[in-house]
Amino acid sequence: MSGTLDHSLQNGLGVYYLLVALMNVGFALYYQRYAEPRKPASATLWWAVAGFFALHAVAYGIFHAGWIMPKIIRTTVDRFADPISYTVLSVVGFAALLYWRKPLTRPQVAWGILMFSLLLGGWSFTDDNFRQIVAKEDNVPITMLIYSVGFFTWLGLYRAVQNDERMERGEPVLEKLEDEKVLVWPDLVYTELICMVIATVVLVVWSILLKAPLEQPATNAKAPNPSKAPWYFLGLQEMLVYFDPWMAGVVLPTLIIVGLIAMPYIDFNREGNGYYTFAQRKFAMVTFLFGFLVLWVVLIVLGTFLRGPNWNFFAPFEYWDPHKVLPLNNVNVSDIFWLQWLGTSPATVTFPGYSGSQLLNVIWRELPGLILVVGYLFVLPPLLAVTVFRKFFIKMGFIRYFVMINLLLFMASLPIKMVLRWSPLNLKYIVAMPEYFFNI
Amino acid sequence: MSVGDYIRNSQVWKSIFRHPAPRDRRNRVVVMLTNVFLHLHPVSVRKSGIALSYTWCMGGLTFFMFLELTITGVLLMFYYRPTLEHAYNDILMLRDVATLGILRELHRWGAHAMVITIWLHMYRVFLTGSYKPPREFNWGVGVLLLVLTLLLSFTGYLLPWDQLAIWAITVGSNMARATPFLGHEGPGATFLQVGGVPLIHSGSDARFLLLGGRFVSGDTLLRFYVLHCVAIPLAVGVLIAVHFWRVRKDGGISGPM
Repeated sequence: MSGTLDHSLQNGLGVYYLLVALMNVGFALYYQRYAEPRKPASATLWWAVAGFFALHAVAYGIFHAGWIMPKIIRTTVDRFADPISYTVLSVVGFAALLYWRKPLTRPQVAWGILMFSLLLGGWSFTDDNFRQIVAKEDNVPITMLIYSVGFFTWLGLYRAVQNDERMERGEPVLEKLEDEKVLVWPDLVYTELICMVIATVVLVVWSILLKAPLEQPATNAKAPNPSKAPWYFLGLQEMLVYFDPWMAGVVLPTLIIVGLIAMPYIDFNREGNGYYTFAQRKFAMVTFLFGFLVLWVVLIVLGTFLRGPNWNFFAPFEYWDPHKVLPLNNVNVSDIFWLQWLGTSPATVTFPGYSGSQLLNVIWRELPGLILVVGYLFVLPPLLAVTVFRKFFIKMGFIRYFVMINLLLFMASLPIKMVLRWSPLNLKYIVAMPEYFFNI
Repeated sequence: MSVGDYIRNSQVWKSIFRHPAPRDRRNRVVVMLTNVFLHLHPVSVRKSGIALSYTWCMGGLTFFMFLELTITGVLLMFYYRPTLEHAYNDILMLRDVATLGILRELHRWGAHAMVITIWLHMYRVFLTGSYKPPREFNWGVGVLLLVLTLLLSFTGYLLPWDQLAIWAITVGSNMARATPFLGHEGPGATFLQVGGVPLIHSGSDARFLLLGGRFVSGDTLLRFYVLHCVAIPLAVGVLIAVHFWRVRKDGGISGPM
């Protein structure tokens, strides 16, 4: 990999840093001239940040200095990056975001995080391997997804925090303040018109700047490596690492759809209808946000940017080497039970007293795993109903609780299988019946 | 009399717009009631309900993307033939020769954008608790629209007939053969047999139904083309009508009670 940046790329980076610098100029001017009360100290800080980015803009755009992200940072990131650290960091970040939502959604803190990510993005873009993946035409939507989801998560939580504080003080929520009616013409139709014009401009500019991808003509003879589904399904494709296709590709997606449709009927909480709030609906917020942000968006990003040939994990600055081989040790529950505990090979296990039926033999072999699964799906729900979810159960009634707990258990099955897979157990299947395509 | 006044006083203008320009309160009400497109809206709304910081305009943008995709899609159909012989070459022609070749970019990026805007719309509706009564049913309609949007995008992904297309669809549709009971590699399928003859095999399972063959082929291309251009858009159109109607009937844009 060559370490030099060509001039057109540097010009692009120059424009990029210039735009970021201008964003900071606007932010600084806001604190200097318009904020009530004025905050000169904040303004100075963001002027300095603007200057810092402007320095980058001049270095790349005018002097073509060719700065490349320090190797030490890249190798350090690559050394610690793997599916475990990536997912664990995401979950920790998610928990931190919700727990410290008040300080983290304060505009200057959120802005600082945004600027840090833009700086990191700009620096990373000077790495050849990173750039090749991120700048791929069909991967551009993912970058848009990351930033738009990030922005709207901030906006939603920011307003929720404000509303929660208002309600604590006994004041009405923000949405209650402008309660008067206005005419749709002109108030709404013009908003819609402006949104349409902006959307059209964005689409046209996007289409001019970036060509739609077109690869070689289709052939069944040569499969590209990696073969990937469209980006919005890559969360599901990532689940294939932990589940067989019948779960990752059929059962779990179906349950996502069913669960979303069922959600309004199992959410018995009548508060928080029509305004942003966190405090009034903690359980719903944590569950849905975990599903959407961590299990959906984070996995899509993983599947798109960090999964390379053979669906191996590749760190952000790592070359996608198709010959990379990762040792993978698959252990099933039946292996642990029969081989490690009882010292017999699971392949030779037969149903006691009658070995004529393959089905019975397989069921007997997988009995430990089957007991675990049955316990998870049938013993855990009533157990939880009288303990953790006692209050829920009383309020929801049997059917609502039954639907909710099953959806919840299936949702939790993904992180559970991830952890089991990463643990020293190396656990692949809890129930392994390849004879009947029934692996869990 | 100015030209503008002459036009506004002509019989033609008055036959289209049956009232003066919406400059006063009365005519701003009347315009919403006499125009078939505008009457999707109510006449008046709560001010906080239409604030951008509240709605994010993502539902509206999703609908706009649907319209944009319909228009560019219809135009693209003039250039594109869904056969093994022509499909790839027609895309090449769009890229290299056709004057309005940018249509393909507008369509592809618009499709990506629609997937994102519909997720964000769902996100907003969740964060404001707007799925709660009386809007439970309409939330369900919205989830179906979300699924159909993904299917529209998925079926369209195959049409360029390049390596990216067929392998993405191959990977995506391979799941179908693992469908419980209905896929030939799905759990339970082996039990569905009559006298030792399996009912579910690679020539009769869910994947075969989806692809019109045992692998992604010319039949798949035709199937996905028809689904993409006719079947799914029709279903989406119907559900959009229901969705918008129910927004109005369930109390309009949500807000605190």
